[in-house]
Amino acid sequence: MSMQPTLANWVDLFGHFASLSLLAVGGAITTAPDMHRYLVHQNAWLSDAQFSSSIALSQAAPGPNVLFVALLGWNVGLNAGGGPGGGAVAWALALLGVLVSMVAILLPSSVLTYTATRWAHHNRELRAVRAFKTGMAPIVIALLIATGWLLTGSHDHPARDWPLWLLTAVTTLLVWRTKIHLLWLIGAGGLLGALGWV
Amino acid sequence: MAEDLYRPRSRADLFWSFTWLALQGFGGVLAVVQRELVEKKRWMTREQFIEDWAVAQIMPGPNVVNLSLMIGGRYFGLPGAVAALAGMLAAPLVVVLLLAVLYGNVAETAMAQNALRGMGAVAAGLITATGIKLIGALDKNAMGISLCIALAVLTFVAIALLRWPLLWVLLGVGGGACLWAYRVLAAVHTLKADET
Repeated sequence: MSMQPTLANWVDLFGHFASLSLLAVGGAITTAPDMHRYLVHQNAWLSDAQFSSSIALSQAAPGPNVLFVALLGWNVGLNAGGGPGGGAVAWALALLGVLVSMVAILLPSSVLTYTATRWAHHNRELRAVRAFKTGMAPIVIALLIATGWLLTGSHDHPARDWPLWLLTAVTTLLVWRTKIHLLWLIGAGGLLGALGWV
Repeated sequence: MAEDLYRPRSRADLFWSFTWLALQGFGGVLAVVQRELVEKKRWMTREQFIEDWAVAQIMPGPNVVNLSLMIGGRYFGLPGAVAALAGMLAAPLVVVLLLAVLYGNVAETAMAQNALRGMGAVAAGLITATGIKLIGALDKNAMGISLCIALAVLTFVAIALLRWPLLWVLLGVGGGACLWAYRVLAAVHTLKADET
């Protein structure tokens, strides 16, 4: 259950993640199923448990959710070096795994986005550019609200999940209507959850 | 439109601003970006935020990463984009790796899972409220508010209720809306030409 840390394998990992980067419309998390197939089933570089705990841990931590990719790279490297007992070599390979996977998932999409948006900025008076921004505005606003809906709807047992729904509704009202700091809300949500109240 | 906007003072300002907002982003950074950059720091208007978010969403790659690149790049070019991107990723990366080393599988324990459930419910509220707050910006949309609301409802139904794939909805509803906006903007141009 580990990768031979050869150049060919690192290049293969880099190439695979780099191609996923360009397919990740709607966020990096949309590529997670393919990463699972590639890392766990095809190559057996990661265990199933490591894969899911990487996702869970990145959700518990602050920051963009693309960081789950860093954790996947970390675990691939750590396994290749013989696990946490592998000493300095294992930690070095783990860091190399972070570097390879993050650069691969970010570089292609970032270059494309940066180039495209520079172009659009220079041509912001073009009718096509203005039409894109005008036309997309209602769509992306609806997508935000739909995301909130889907996050809530993944808990779909009314008898059990109503406190969660109530928490979401109260949060929505507070963020919409007040200037309360968002960290208080997140902290309260975590606390209510840990105490088993929601 | 120019309602007293500020701008980042330097690349360092960009870096630390994005670091701070990324570290607040539990369960999604977008709501924090809107709160900090539009409401508190006033680097951009609601309308500009929606326009940028539309682009960040449609381009491949993590969308808040795209957003940080775009905002940083606007003020300081490529170095600004790199500074904002580094701010968005560096500190959270250190945090998540430390968590991985120190706690390993603690995220799988029952208490952590319950805390995550609670935080997830709050995150759902944050993102919903962000969407609701941005609806007001549609008043200035050239397509008119009624059509905007209709398009938004259509998108919501397709994604949230019918669970259609995002790409189809973006291409179908989004593409149609852009074509319509293209026509409307032509009409606006002619109108202005007539007036002068």
